[in-house]
Amino acid sequence: MSYKILIVDDSKLARMSVAKLLTTLKPDWTRLEAANADDALKALADSQPDVVLLDFNMPGRDGLDIADELRRRHPGMPVAVISANIQVEIVNRASDAGAAFLPKPLTEQALAAFLRDAEQRLAAA
Amino acid sequence: MLQAPIALTELEQDALTELANIGVSRAAANLRIMVGSEVLLSVPNVQIVTREQAAERIGDGKTDKLIAVHQAFEGALAGRALLIFPETHSLELVRAITGGGLPLEDIIGLEQEALAETGNIILNGCLAAIANMLQQTLKISLPEILSGSGSEIFALSGAPAGEAVVLFLYINFSVKDRNIGGYIAVLMDLPALTTLKILLGKLILQMTPKPNGPDAH
Repeated sequence: MSYKILIVDDSKLARMSVAKLLTTLKPDWTRLEAANADDALKALADSQPDVVLLDFNMPGRDGLDIADELRRRHPGMPVAVISANIQVEIVNRASDAGAAFLPKPLTEQALAAFLRDAEQRLAAA
Repeated sequence: MLQAPIALTELEQDALTELANIGVSRAAANLRIMVGSEVLLSVPNVQIVTREQAAERIGDGKTDKLIAVHQAFEGALAGRALLIFPETHSLELVRAITGGGLPLEDIIGLEQEALAETGNIILNGCLAAIANMLQQTLKISLPEILSGSGSEIFALSGAPAGEAVVLFLYINFSVKDRNIGGYIAVLMDLPALTTLKILLGKLILQMTPKPNGPDAH
C-alpha cells in the first residue's frame, strides 16, 4: 500500500536527508515537504498526507506545537518528532502529543521502525 | 576594510546550521542531566561577521560582566567554542549542578571547577556531535575560564590578531524555572572555512539523493 508522507523541517538539507532514506525504504510513497508550520498546515489541508515527520527546533511554531495540533485535528495520524534534543521533557511532550520521537541524526533503522508501525496503524484504521 | 570571506552557498549555510542544531541539542541534553531542569534553546544563528560584531553579539549590547568557559579546537577545523553567561548567573548554575544543598561558601569554592567541568561536558558534546557528522576528529583543549565584557572575552579567547572576520555561530539557552541563561558560541577561523566548505560538500552529498542516481525521485 502506498501512502503520502509530509516532511516538515526548516532545514532543506534535513528534508533532503529524510527524502533519501524514504527513497530507500518506501520508494512508492509520495513525499511532500514543508519548511515551517504554516506551510505544513497548508499541505495538510491541501494534500491530506497519511503520515507526518516533524522537526522539533524550527523558527516560529516548533514541531511539538504542530504535533499537538495534529493530534486535535487528526487523532489517528502517525506522527514522529525528529530532534537531536533528547531531553526527557521533549521526548515526553512528543509522547503526550501522541507522536513517536526519533533522534537526529536520523538513521534508516529508526525511520524504518516508525514506518512499519505507521503502516500497521493505517492498515488497521 | 574587511577581507572578503569565502562565501557559503545557501545549502552549505543550511547544512552548517543543521550541524549546529544537532551539536547544541546534544549539549543541551547533557546540561539538562546536570541541572535537573529542561534547557530551552533558540534556533541557531550562523553568520560571517567582524570580530567586533561577534563581541557585541556575545555581550548582547549590555555592559554586564560575563563569564565564559572557553575551549579551543583544532584538526581539519580550527576555532574556539564558548559557553557564555552573565556573571550573575554563575553561582546559580553551580548551585543547580551541585543540587542546591551546599552552603554558599562551598558553592563559591567550587565555582571555577564546576564551571570548567560543566563547560567541558557541554562544549565537548557539541563539538563531538559536529565532528562525528563531518567524519572528522577534533583535538579539543582543556577548559579555561574567562571573565570580562563580550569584547574582552573574545580577545582573551585567542582569535588570531590579524583576522578581520570570523564564522560566528551562536545559540541562546536558558534553564526552565531558573535564572540561568546564556550563549553557546563557536568562532571559526576563516582559514578553516575552505576546509569547512569541502567537508560540508561531502556531508551534503552523503545526506542527499544523487541527482541522476538510483535515489532520484
